[in-house]
Amino acid sequence: MIAVRDTRDEAAFARLFEHFAPRVKAFLMRSGADATLAEECAQETMVTLWHKAHLFDPARASVATWIFTIARNRRIDALRRQKRPEPEDLPWGPEPEPNQADALALQQESEHLGEALAALPEKQRVLIEKAYFGDLTHSEIAAETGLPLGTIKSRIRLALDRLRHAMK
Amino acid sequence: MTMHQISHHLTDSLLMAYAADALPEAFSLTVATHISMCDECRARLGAFESLGGAVLERSEAVAMAEDSLSATLARIRGGAPVRDRPAPPRKARGVLPAPLRDYVGGDLDAVRWRPIGMGVKQAILPTSREASARLLYIPAGAAVPDHGHRGTELTLVLQGAFVDETDRFGPGDIEVADEDMHHMPVADIGDDCICLAATDAPLRFRGMIPRLAQPFLRI
Repeated sequence: MIAVRDTRDEAAFARLFEHFAPRVKAFLMRSGADATLAEECAQETMVTLWHKAHLFDPARASVATWIFTIARNRRIDALRRQKRPEPEDLPWGPEPEPNQADALALQQESEHLGEALAALPEKQRVLIEKAYFGDLTHSEIAAETGLPLGTIKSRIRLALDRLRHAMK
Repeated sequence: MTMHQISHHLTDSLLMAYAADALPEAFSLTVATHISMCDECRARLGAFESLGGAVLERSEAVAMAEDSLSATLARIRGGAPVRDRPAPPRKARGVLPAPLRDYVGGDLDAVRWRPIGMGVKQAILPTSREASARLLYIPAGAAVPDHGHRGTELTLVLQGAFVDETDRFGPGDIEVADEDMHHMPVADIGDDCICLAATDAPLRFRGMIPRLAQPFLRI
């Protein structure tokens, strides 16, 4: 991702595409798009990734997380979902180069979070996936998350500690 | 932007629902406005988005069309327009954070208030029908009638403060009320209170008159 951002490296982009585009397509199909729309939308997500690469900050998000937020916005347009207002951008401090240690720590924490998600009992994991695929309402999430979040809460908290640190 | 120590934050379920895009527009607007004022909840949102990233990473891959990569590269080279809202230009700071300014069409002076009695004014914001959002103006020391809720109500303080049976809420604080709660918010004596309130059900007033007035007030 850094090679795409800093040197507009097409070979690096192809590797990202190979890994993420099929997952974005799956994410959109699970969210209710048909295969043609999901294909179109996954391509758009990757085009957006290329054009917005300069905004990628590895201290604030893993590549997977960043792509998730782009795909989420494409899903709103593609599936004509309700508008989702975004928070005001933070004026980030005068730090042109994101802190390497923060970036590394966040990437590791993201991997641990993925492993923790994989290790959840199936019923709980499926609930979290359903929430992110857009299959649960807020009240369903409120009623259900107490349960599945229990075992991965500590992982979410550690990821949060990293983000808090990176935002200082 | 934090001018006051925010002590009432978003719940985990609201943050996860916002990260997953599972909220009605009026709630998303309120969550986005709170996050614009609260760095702690901004970081917590980042953690819930990380969970979304983990879900994406673990998704079982679906094969892309054969010429998918070359088609995508062609779109990049062809400069196919990215349909994405450009970042709004940063304006001088007013009372309203950027997401709210987009709905009001400006800062506080652009709000089109409608009086609803006892000095209280409101302005309903244009959102989808699943939930409603409105700005409330409560003069210092005045009260909003005692009411209960059928659904969830979020109340975010933008200026001044209010007090109810549970606590005191200052700028940036958000109260998340569910159906079990009956409360009568009273604006703090010091300053007029301006709040953003979002609800997914009509409010239920205890007194006879407010109930009769409800259909006309659209609250």
